Amino acid sequence: MATRWFGAPVQRLEDPRLLRGRGNYVDDIDLPEMLHAAILRSTSARARIVSIDASAAWSLPGVHLVLTAQDLGEILEPSPLLVPHPALTQPRTQLPLARDEVRYVGEAVALVVADNRYIAEDALDLIDVEYEPLPVVHSLGVASASDGPLVHEDVPGNVAAHLAQTVGDPDSVFASAPHVMRETLLMDRGAAMPMECRGVVARWDAQDSMLTCWISTQAPLPIRNGLAAIFHLPEHKVRVVAPDVGGGFGTKIMMFYPEEVLVPFAAMQLDRPVKWIEDRREHFISANQERSQLHEVEYAFDDEGILLGVRDTFLHDAGAYTPYGIIVPIITACTLPGPYRLRHYASEFTVLYTNKVPVSPYRGAGRPHAVFVMERIMDRIARELHLDRLEVRSRNFISPDEFPWDVGLVYQDGGPTRYDSGDYQAGLDKLKALLDYDNFPALKTQARKEGRYLGIGMGAYVEGTGIGPYEGAMVRVESDGRVFVTTGVTTQGQAHMTTFAQIVADQLGIAPEDVLVTTGDTQTFNWGVGTYASRAATVAGSAIHIAAVKVREKTKQVAADLFEAAPDDIELAGGKVFVRDAPHRALTLGQVAISANPLRYAYGENARKLMSMKLAGPRPGPALPEERGGPGLEASGFYSPPHGSFASGIHGAIIEVDPVTCNVTFVKYAAVHDCGRVINPIVVEGQVHGGVAQGIGGAFFERLVYDEEGQLINASFMDYLLPTAAEVPPLLVDHVETPSPLNPLGVKGAGEAGVIPVPALFASAIDDALSPFDIRIREMPLHPSRLYELLREAKIEQSASGPPS
Amino acid sequence: MRERDEDLSQCVEECEIAVTVNGNRYERTVPVRLLLSDFLRHELHLTGTHVGCEHGVCGCCTVLFNGEAVRACLMFAVQADGMAITTIEGMAGVNSELHPIQQAFREKHGLQCGFCTPGIIMSVHAMLHEHPDPSEDEIRHELSGNICRCTGYQNIVEAVKLAAERLRVQHMEVE
Amino acid sequence: MKPPRFHYCSPRILDEALVLLDQYGEEIKVLAGGQSFVPLLNMRLAAPAYILDINHISELHYFETEPDYLAIGAIARQRQIERSVLVQEKHPLLVEAIKHIGHMQIRNRGTVVGSIAHADPAAELPALLTCLDGEVLAQSMHGERVIKAEDFFTGYLSTSLEAGEMLTEVRFPWLAPQAGWSFIEFARRSGDFALVGAIAVLTPAPDDTCMSANIAYLGVAGSPVRARAVEQLLIGTTLDAQTLNAAAGAARDVVGEDMQDVHATVEYRRELASELTRRVLKQAWARREKQEGEH
Repeated sequence: MATRWFGAPVQRLEDPRLLRGRGNYVDDIDLPEMLHAAILRSTSARARIVSIDASAAWSLPGVHLVLTAQDLGEILEPSPLLVPHPALTQPRTQLPLARDEVRYVGEAVALVVADNRYIAEDALDLIDVEYEPLPVVHSLGVASASDGPLVHEDVPGNVAAHLAQTVGDPDSVFASAPHVMRETLLMDRGAAMPMECRGVVARWDAQDSMLTCWISTQAPLPIRNGLAAIFHLPEHKVRVVAPDVGGGFGTKIMMFYPEEVLVPFAAMQLDRPVKWIEDRREHFISANQERSQLHEVEYAFDDEGILLGVRDTFLHDAGAYTPYGIIVPIITACTLPGPYRLRHYASEFTVLYTNKVPVSPYRGAGRPHAVFVMERIMDRIARELHLDRLEVRSRNFISPDEFPWDVGLVYQDGGPTRYDSGDYQAGLDKLKALLDYDNFPALKTQARKEGRYLGIGMGAYVEGTGIGPYEGAMVRVESDGRVFVTTGVTTQGQAHMTTFAQIVADQLGIAPEDVLVTTGDTQTFNWGVGTYASRAATVAGSAIHIAAVKVREKTKQVAADLFEAAPDDIELAGGKVFVRDAPHRALTLGQVAISANPLRYAYGENARKLMSMKLAGPRPGPALPEERGGPGLEASGFYSPPHGSFASGIHGAIIEVDPVTCNVTFVKYAAVHDCGRVINPIVVEGQVHGGVAQGIGGAFFERLVYDEEGQLINASFMDYLLPTAAEVPPLLVDHVETPSPLNPLGVKGAGEAGVIPVPALFASAIDDALSPFDIRIREMPLHPSRLYELLREAKIEQSASGPPS
Repeated sequence: MRERDEDLSQCVEECEIAVTVNGNRYERTVPVRLLLSDFLRHELHLTGTHVGCEHGVCGCCTVLFNGEAVRACLMFAVQADGMAITTIEGMAGVNSELHPIQQAFREKHGLQCGFCTPGIIMSVHAMLHEHPDPSEDEIRHELSGNICRCTGYQNIVEAVKLAAERLRVQHMEVE
Repeated sequence: MKPPRFHYCSPRILDEALVLLDQYGEEIKVLAGGQSFVPLLNMRLAAPAYILDINHISELHYFETEPDYLAIGAIARQRQIERSVLVQEKHPLLVEAIKHIGHMQIRNRGTVVGSIAHADPAAELPALLTCLDGEVLAQSMHGERVIKAEDFFTGYLSTSLEAGEMLTEVRFPWLAPQAGWSFIEFARRSGDFALVGAIAVLTPAPDDTCMSANIAYLGVAGSPVRARAVEQLLIGTTLDAQTLNAAAGAARDVVGEDMQDVHATVEYRRELASELTRRVLKQAWARREKQEGEH
């Protein structure tokens, strides 16, 4: 059937409320008798807790509760390991409150509940903790040193995991290859920094034995299941709601954060609702971070620039615990081959503990690192052979007729890394057009004459999206003809209220504004996982589609009975249901829903009108025959992808480097991406814009700087620099659309795409701009002071060995 | 506690204040250290103003204070005594129709999670009042006091341009 | 992050404020714009027992042209000065400096005197005051004193103000009519504190050589730095290429040995100081009123 809403740039349904300031974020929730929590956090990166004296805190007027580890009873247990893996031989997760040892600055040590947050913070100042400092593992270097300090005494060498995978026969390829090169590439810590920090409100209703939690999270269902287990409550007596969430980007997927257990516990102890809202300083030291990896990569190629083999060994910084398993490095390993025909590949990684904030996925989740490595390889091949960088990429691209393409590795979902569809050359061609690539050399030469340094850089990627295990949805037509849709995924700005409505509107012949979508409330839908890994539109969207199709079919059945016609002759359009050639004799969708629910009574305008129409009367037998499959127009749908679907893209930018200050500004930025069929193009573009901005932040502005004591020395927005509108350039965006054969909608994920290639293309552009100095960028993020150092080193090296030919 | 009209020359920890917010007058007794952002959100339940950092950088808490855009997290409620504040809740019209700035943001997809949006709209309101016809560069520069993590700013800039255009037309029609 | 407890007072008369300052000595801190002070309170890096809000002292809300300087009272907002047509005409350098301060939301509340009193070496106004040999007026219950800029800034966030004193006025000297000026800073993002900034005021002699030079830097040491060594190199010259090179080279020395932080190494700051000197001198000299000269 023709779709009217799928692919349309429908204006967001969620906006009027948000624009009016009528959002409902977790700190907006106000419950009677509510108390406020604050958390005392470790000031030491590694120490034994000698003693905690909270007596002064208890005595402060307005304080209701002070908890330390010893007060937690049964819940003093390490939080669940979310994604176990056989290679993760030494997993470690946190206790809700540190008992004997702290392992990172920011680790929760005590919880205070008071009349308000001000008093709660006063109480924190009165808690006296005696720490006995221990040697700090403040970097990957220290973590991997033999006989160095240990983050966990019982984890030898700080090694949490080690995983090696091989595709083909890299060793023999390297032995015979015309060119072999080796490099060390570094990416360092950054963080998502959503504008809304974390937060939990918990209410225990003792009369009902019902625990309700509002949490700024991306995944309420797993939290609900976990809390039920931890507190020995039946699952249906625990409700977790993700209300409006002010940005997630992965940071809010990490369950369990200690607070998600502590705050409900406190609410139950006090028999009063408790609210904990994270402040920004806490966020810097206790909300998960990511991005730190060190790669030693070798690559083999021939004289035509064909990449023959890659051997990549890397260290991954897990921080002090591994609650989210080893997802990020696995993704890195699987993403590295990119859009290229790589048949011989050895990947080996070691996950090391450090005394820093734990690591879990942040938008991109290991892919920016992989793309950085592979794109540096492509650039280097081009430089060595004096070939155009895009030409080298083209020569190595998998072509459209080679799909499905099996990379040969096991992906984060346990399935094969098998690219379903793509057209990488088409993306590259579009990028060249957007950047006016062929005219750039002239531009560059002109600039050099003026003493200016322009460069052009690019980064191509393939991104696994839409992984399982599954998602589900329920679609129900209500008596007034509006449609209620609920699903287990959540929303942090991705416009699910609108895109999901578009999917249903198409099936039921109504307008999207008549579809009311609820996400993130475990009470309205019991099954599923959450929003992460660019999977909501693909997996939940497909489930919603499946459910909507079922409702459509049922509508046709019910209407067919009423009109005494064949179901195939029934049409749904404009909110009405009618026999194809008799549109004047139509029912509204709501009336069909009422008819489908055979009660003795029905309410409302629709029901009254229905009575007056001459429709087929009831037949003999049960009012609700079995073949109807239940009353009303309601259906659930589930979608479980066979494996992930693979989106792709290529970005490029023209930059200018000031040769003295080493500041870098963008002259032009273009992004071409392919996320299969697009439900709402303005939503997808918005996601790309936002991702690129975070990528630019992660390439040139944002860096988390830890000192040798494991202290984060730039733990504020003054010194951790998020790009503003003045630093992010206007973005040119174009699309390629290669539908996914794996799901009914043909979509692929788009949420993370924007951020993935940015560090790679930034390095590529700087190399190009500063090519007279033979510079080679091997680390991200950069900042002007560091670029200045690298440039100085390059100049020194150059004058020692002579200028490039 | 002091009487409202007397000089506050004795030092106190609590104070009676009268603040006008979105045209409505509120009288409250507040601790002197209560931040204006918390006062608006939790005393007056005007939760549209958001708190992103409490160090005066992110701009989520921007409100108009006697018509000027300020960071509510860097002021105390007691400093608002006798003053007039406009928050996001005061932007929509009498019949709740969206202000042209809000409408422009809607049309241009200028928001995603919505957390920074109220602060941005208040800043834009102040900006366009002073510069009714800003260039793209000027817009980006003026917006640099408000951080957004979702949109990459592109559509926000487009929304501001559209809002500026419509407000100029509206202004001309009035004249 | 919520502020710690404190007692609050907001007198409407300066004399009462001075009494309170005298009464509470080291335990009381002045609140003006609050744009630097309140973040410190929120982060609990400052915890004064008493806070003196001076925003209601209307007699401090002024700016006035005096024969030799522009006098700005303690609660004149940065934004007011920025918008003042009078100041734009008569002291454009001051307006230029103010425009670099943070963002408009900050400048709407932030005060000129407050920025001076806060004495952040990376801030624009302390460096400008130093550049122009400006002065501040400090008052206490026991009288008043005028303090020269060079005696006022004593170190990172430190001034020579004593307990019981507060700044009530800052005085920015006028530039000579023929002088050229320039203010350039290098910051990571729009509105950030500068990594390094340079300010130059160059006055030509009747023969169009450089008669006097005022050059100061922000972000290079614990206090703003007046670079007299660099100034000396320019006197009597026409700021030819050789002179500029020498000045740029000498400028490297203004950067303190310990000026290393998250954003910049000492060496990089030196490079910035050098480059900004070049740019600022060129621009200031180009802006001068060319003299007839004896060529």
